[in-house]
Amino acid sequence: MNIQAKLKVDPRDGKLAMAHFYVFIVALAIGGLAGLLQTFVRSGKFELPFGIGYYQLLTLHGVVLALVMTTFFIMGFLHAVVSKTAGTYTNRQRTLGWISFALLTIGTIMAAIMILLNEASVLYTFYAPLQAHAVFYIGLTLVVVGSWVGSAAVFMKYGEWRKANPGQSSPLLTFMAVITLMMWDIATIGVATTVLFQILPWSLGLVETINVGLSRTLFWYFGHPLVYFWLLPAYMVWYAVIPKIIGGKIFSDSLARLSFVLLLFFSIPVGLHHQLVEPGIDPAWKFIQVILTFLVVIPSLMTAFSLFATFESYGRSKGAKGLFGWFKKLPWGDARFTIPFIGMLGFIPGGAGGIVNASHQMNQLVHNTIWITGHFHMTVAFAVILTFYGVAYWLIPHLTGRILTKKMNKLAMIQGITWTIGMLFMSTSMHIQGLLGGPRRSAFSDYGGSAQAAEWVPYQIAQAVGGSILFISIILMIYVFINLAFFAPKGEQEFPVGEVAKGAEKTPLVFDNWKLWLGISAILIVFAYTLPLIDLIQNAPPGSKGFKLW
Amino acid sequence: MAKTELNRKIDTETEVEDSTNLKGTLASVMILGAILIITWVGLYMLFLSR
Amino acid sequence: MHMHKFEKIWLIFGFGALLVFLTVIGVSAFYLGNQPPSCLATIDPEKVDTTAPFDKPGLKKVEGKEWDYELVFVASAFSYSPARVEVPLGAKVKVIATSKDVMHGFQAAGTNVNMMLEPGYISEVVTTFKNPGEFLIVCNEYCGVGHHMMHSMIEVVE
Ligand code: HEM
Ligand SMILES: [Cu+2]
Ligand SMILES: [Cu+2]
Repeated sequence: MNIQAKLKVDPRDGKLAMAHFYVFIVALAIGGLAGLLQTFVRSGKFELPFGIGYYQLLTLHGVVLALVMTTFFIMGFLHAVVSKTAGTYTNRQRTLGWISFALLTIGTIMAAIMILLNEASVLYTFYAPLQAHAVFYIGLTLVVVGSWVGSAAVFMKYGEWRKANPGQSSPLLTFMAVITLMMWDIATIGVATTVLFQILPWSLGLVETINVGLSRTLFWYFGHPLVYFWLLPAYMVWYAVIPKIIGGKIFSDSLARLSFVLLLFFSIPVGLHHQLVEPGIDPAWKFIQVILTFLVVIPSLMTAFSLFATFESYGRSKGAKGLFGWFKKLPWGDARFTIPFIGMLGFIPGGAGGIVNASHQMNQLVHNTIWITGHFHMTVAFAVILTFYGVAYWLIPHLTGRILTKKMNKLAMIQGITWTIGMLFMSTSMHIQGLLGGPRRSAFSDYGGSAQAAEWVPYQIAQAVGGSILFISIILMIYVFINLAFFAPKGEQEFPVGEVAKGAEKTPLVFDNWKLWLGISAILIVFAYTLPLIDLIQNAPPGSKGFKLW
Repeated sequence: MAKTELNRKIDTETEVEDSTNLKGTLASVMILGAILIITWVGLYMLFLSR
Repeated sequence: MHMHKFEKIWLIFGFGALLVFLTVIGVSAFYLGNQPPSCLATIDPEKVDTTAPFDKPGLKKVEGKEWDYELVFVASAFSYSPARVEVPLGAKVKVIATSKDVMHGFQAAGTNVNMMLEPGYISEVVTTFKNPGEFLIVCNEYCGVGHHMMHSMIEVVE
C-alpha cells in the first residue's frame, strides 16, 4: 500500500485521463465564448452575428459546460485518482475506460451538431413538449451510457482491491470515487427512463404525445444529484488532497466517509425541490422532499468543520497563536491550494442561497429568476470549477511527466483570481437582478417599456463586465493548460494524496458495506418518489404533442 | 488491575484528541452559521413583505 | 467513531437552525395555508379556449369565496391573454392560469406570484396586491424564440 502510494499514475492510465482533459479544455473554451456572448446580448448593446440565436447559444453553453465539460473532467479525474490509490488498471478496466471515453465523445459530437444546426434549441434541460431532433437525445443518451461504462471500470478496480486486501478499509479517495459514481448511476436511471421510454419514441414519431409532468419529474430526479455529481469530486479534493498540499493531515478519515455516505443518501430523493411551484404535485410531498433536502446540508456542515480543522491544526503545528493566527500560516503563494480555497469560500454564499431556494414556499421569491443562474454559477462555475482548476495545475503535469514551474504557478494564481473577480461581478449582479424579478434564460428585452425591466439593465451590464473578465481568465487557463500538457520542463510533479494523523483511530469496516448503503438509499428513494410518480401517471391530463418554437 | 489500566489509557487518548485546539475552527464555522442564518432570515422577511 | 466536542456543538447548532427554518415554513405552509402553488386540477391543453374559466380570460368579481376576485390568464407562445389588466388595490385575488402549448412561467415581478404553467395542468395562487403601481408579468421559463418578448401587465389601482 505505502509503496504504491508513492508511485506515479501508470502512463497508460495517465493517457486515458489526459484524453478526458483535452476535451475538458476545448469544452471550456467553446462554452466560455458562448457565455461571454450571452452576457453581451443581455447587456442590450450587442446583437449576435450570422443568424445565431440567443437560445441556440444558451443551449450550447448549458450542454457544453454543465453536461460535457464537467463529465469529462470528473471521469478523467476519477480514473486518475482510482489508478493512483487503488492501483493501476488492468487491461480490461482500461479498455472499459476507453470505450467510455469514446461513447462520451461520440454522444457529445452528435448533440453538438444538432445544436449547431439549430435542431435542438431546447436548452440543456430539454423540457418537453419542446421537441428537439431525435439525434440530440440519442447523443445525450450515449453520454450517460458512456459514464456508466466508465463507472464500471472504477467499480471493478475497487472490487479487485477489496479482494486483494481483505479486512482492510479501502483507500479514502477510491471510496469517495465509488460513492460519487454510485450516486451518479442511480440518478441517471431517471433521465435515461424519460429519454428512452418517453422522449425518444415521441421525437421519432412512434407515439404522438408525451406525459409532460412525468417527464419533468424523472428529469429532476436526476437533475439534483447531477449537481452533487459536480460537487463530490470537489469535496474529494478538499477532504483528501488539500491537506497534503498544505503539508497537514486529513482531519478524520471516518467522518469524511460518513459525510459521503450521507451525501449518497440525501442527494437523490430531493428532486421535487426544483418543482416547488409547479402544478400536479401535492404540496405535502414537496415538503417531505424539502425536509430531505435540508438533511443533505448536514454533511456539508461536517465538511466545513473538517476543512477548517485541518487548516487550524496545520497552522498550530507551525506555531500559530491566537484565534485566527493559523490562517496566516497557510501556503497562500501556492495556486494548488489558494485557488481551490477561494472555491471553498464561494461555497458559503452558494450554500446559503441553496437553503433559501429549497425553502418550500420561499421558492416563489426566486424560482426561475436570474438569481438561480447567479446561484449555480456561484456553486458550480465558481466553487467547483476553481477546485478543478486547482487539480489541473498539478494533475496535468503529473500525467504528462512535467512540472508546474514557479512562473506557471504565478500565472495560475492570476488566472484563478481573475475568475474570482469576474464571477463575483456576474453572480452578485445576477442575484440582485433576480430579487428584483428579472427572469432567467432570457435574451435582452425592454418588456414593452416596463419601468421594472428598465431597473434590471444596469445589472445586466455588470454581468457583461463580469463575463469579460471571466473570458480573460479562460484564455489564461488555456495557456496554462497547454504549457503544462506540452511545454513545461520535464520532471516529477507530486500527486498529493492526504494521510491521516499518526495514531488516528482505525476506520470502521462498515463503510465498505455497500449492501447497507445502497439498501438505505433505495428505501429513501422509493419512499420519496413512489406516490408522487403514481399520482402523475394515474391523474395525468391528455398528453402533449411536440412543439418546435425556435 | 489490567482493566483499569486499559480504561485509563482510552480516557487519556480521547482527552488528548478533544483538547486539540480548534477554537479557531469553531469560531469560523459559527461565522459561517451566522451567514446562513442572516441570509435566510433576510430573504424570509423579503418574502413576507411582498 | 470519535467526534471532536466542538464539531458536536457545531452540528447541533446547525441542525437546530435548519430545524427552526423548517418549522417556520412548515407552520406557515400547513397551518396558515401559505403553500407554494400546487394545484392538482387538469385540463385538455388543446381545448383551453373552450373550457371555463379560460374561455373568458381577465378579472372577475366573485361572491361567497375566500377571495374577492378571480384573475384568469391563458398563456401561449409568446403572449398572455389578457395583455393588460387592472386590479383594485388591496383586493384578495386568485390567479388562475394555464398553457395552451409548451411550458411557460408566470411571475409578477416584485411579488411572490411566481409559478410554472404546464400544458395539461391548471396553476393557481391566491394573493393580495398590497402596493399600487404597475407589475410586469414575465414568462420565466424558456418557451421558444420569442420567450423574452412574452409579458403582460397588472396595474394595481386605488
Ligand atoms: C466565462 C464564464 C461564464 C459566463 C460568462 C457565463 C454566463 C452565463 C450566462 C449569461 C448565462 C445565462 C443567462 C440566462 O439565463 O439567459 C449562463 C447560463 C448558464 N451557465 Fe454560464 N457562464 C460562464 C461559465 C459557466 C460554467 C463554467 C458553467 C458550468 C460549469 C456554466 C453553466 C451554466 C448553465 C448550466 C447555465 C444555464 C443554462 C440554461 O439556463 O439553460 N456557466 N451562463
Ligand atoms: Cu437541487
Ligand atoms: Cu417563455
